[in-house]
Amino acid sequence: MKSDASKLGFYLLLAPILLWLIVLIILPHIGLFMVSISEKVGPREFETGFGNYAAFFGEPLYWRTFARTAIMSILATALTLILGFPIAYYIAKLTRGRTKTTLFLMCMIPFWVSELVRTFGWMILLRETGVISTTLQRLGLVSGPVELLYNDAAIMVGLVYTSILFMVVPLVTTLDSLDDSLIEAGYDLGGTSSSIMREIVIPHAMPGIVSGCIVVFMLSLGNYLTPILLGGKDSLWFTGMIYTQFITRFNWELGSALGFLLLALSSAIVFLGLKLSKQSLSNTMGRT
Amino acid sequence: MTNIESDLACRDLTKDFDGFRAVDHVSFDVPKGSFFSILGPSGCGKTTLLRMIAGFQSPSSGDLRIKGRSMIGVPPNRRPVSMVFQHLALFPTMSIGDNVGFGLRQRGVGRSEIARRVEEVLDRVGLPGVSARRTDQLSGGQKQRVAIARCMVLEPDVLLLDEPLGALDLKLREHMKVELKSLQAAFDTTFVYITHDQSEALVMSDNIAVMNQGRFEQIGAPHEVYHAPHTAFVAGFVGDANRIDARVSAVNGHFLTLTSAASTEMKVKVADNSLSVGQGVQVFLRPEAIELSKTSKSLDGDHNVSQCTVTSVLFNGANSSVIVRDAGGNMINVAMPQTGSFADLHAGDMVFTSWHPNKARCYPLARA
Ligand SMILES: Nc1ncnc2c1ncn2[C@@H]1O[C@H](COP(=O)(O)OP(=O)(O)OP(=O)(O)O)[C@@H](O)[C@H]1O
Ligand SMILES: [Mg+2]
Repeated sequence: MKSDASKLGFYLLLAPILLWLIVLIILPHIGLFMVSISEKVGPREFETGFGNYAAFFGEPLYWRTFARTAIMSILATALTLILGFPIAYYIAKLTRGRTKTTLFLMCMIPFWVSELVRTFGWMILLRETGVISTTLQRLGLVSGPVELLYNDAAIMVGLVYTSILFMVVPLVTTLDSLDDSLIEAGYDLGGTSSSIMREIVIPHAMPGIVSGCIVVFMLSLGNYLTPILLGGKDSLWFTGMIYTQFITRFNWELGSALGFLLLALSSAIVFLGLKLSKQSLSNTMGRT
Repeated sequence: MTNIESDLACRDLTKDFDGFRAVDHVSFDVPKGSFFSILGPSGCGKTTLLRMIAGFQSPSSGDLRIKGRSMIGVPPNRRPVSMVFQHLALFPTMSIGDNVGFGLRQRGVGRSEIARRVEEVLDRVGLPGVSARRTDQLSGGQKQRVAIARCMVLEPDVLLLDEPLGALDLKLREHMKVELKSLQAAFDTTFVYITHDQSEALVMSDNIAVMNQGRFEQIGAPHEVYHAPHTAFVAGFVGDANRIDARVSAVNGHFLTLTSAASTEMKVKVADNSLSVGQGVQVFLRPEAIELSKTSKSLDGDHNVSQCTVTSVLFNGANSSVIVRDAGGNMINVAMPQTGSFADLHAGDMVFTSWHPNKARCYPLARA
């Protein structure tokens, strides 16, 4: 009797998360998959087949865009890590009490405004008539207005800026859990700053690094606004391409197939990253 | 001034934290190859002192010499000292072998040489063949030994230990006390050990410094600190002692007659007399310095004898004691004689206590 009651309680507690999983994640994906494997053979006539997937591999524009998106995302992730690690180290290890909270909040302030507003902020800075261009002209460093928007560097700046918080937060959490006496012990045993960083701090922070990287990579790969706004019409971002299929071309079938490929390929890259860093998903996610 | 034989010498070492003096003009020498303990209550500045020796904190003033070389301004990774941390600070991301080999790797020693020396030092601390294990695959006492091995593999001039037994349970602590002492003898290295546990300090040390509020109250061999404490603080902190507040009522050479607050009289012999009639004093009397007897007949006339009532018997094997109340109402802790002749003592029994005047230590009352 008692075990029945506790079982019921277990299922009741499980129900919301199951509902969430099924209704919001599994069902749409099944739908998407069904759409993606139907080929349009005529007006309102469909056939089941993998033609949409074949289209992706057959058309260089598609897979090249995908490769470009993936490489840029990896690069953005690496840049975010390189920028975020010192920030996180500073917050976690070199500040105490109120300064720590203040700095942490300052990292978060940009996220109180919407992504759209943030991205427009960057546009105001970078465009031809923007702040940076005018300042450079005033200082006499350049002769005419410079266009800093609509190139890959601008996309990169935007991506790093939007995702840095998601790198800093898990890093601060893991670095916070690193006992200061371990670092002191490293110095005491004759270690230098760089060898302590390499042998003690980074191995300890590895789960945070990996989980931060996964989140930032996924966010960059799936980002739509930043590449379009900062990179312009020819930004060639894969999500933008999916959007075009759905909205502009009304080709839901190919759009769904591309969406599925994005899911599969990004999972494969994350899996590869985990294997290379010798981390497991449960280890990474369990600790932050 | 600095003794050539001393491995570590401190002169007027002082550390101020904004407005608060944690270590106050501390001077001491640690002879080569000896076991030196710093004993003091929590918050007296032990860790701060040790961290200055290790180089994690810089002294506000004073000098610190290791093997005659001044260490002021030398960073911790350049000092010939190693430290065993309170929670050991073994690196959890490395195997035991990598932990022990860490210091050698920093020195650029060759791979095979490191492996050989790591194995050798692990063997010496009694843990052969554990180098492939993770740190969480060892027991508390084994971790302790790995932490010592990790320092000793570097052959430091001085090994610093910050309450390394604090995290262990009682039984293991007793065991490690003996083991640490024998490890120190085996490695023949100077150990500086800090603790708030007086029995650890008494058992292991060649010399003990008793520290209170940033100052050293006394430095001496364990028996000196125990039997001839220089100050009231040392007398009260090291070992058990009965404390009686009294007033000097007569002075006769080295003999004083004291009257306690409850107007009972006692005689005390002091080594050098700086006390005068009417002064308030504190008398410290070890429980084992007091003899118990059931009758007053056999007692010596020189002794301080008083009739007391037993209020409780605290049985603790060889450390059993009796708490008695004397005529003046003072509660006195008396060690139970080992002969077993008082095994049938009960609360409410009448007994006689007696102690020789030279067993008590007498200090002028601190002026408030
Ligand atoms: N960084 C610091 N800033 C200000 N005060 C400090 C600092 N470090 C220690 N103190 C103070 O100095 C005093 C001595 O501290 P310390 O850690 O040396 O004590 P301890 O003797 O090791 O005590 P315990 O046995 O509890 O470890 C304490 O009152 C402490 O509050
Ligand atoms: Mg301490």
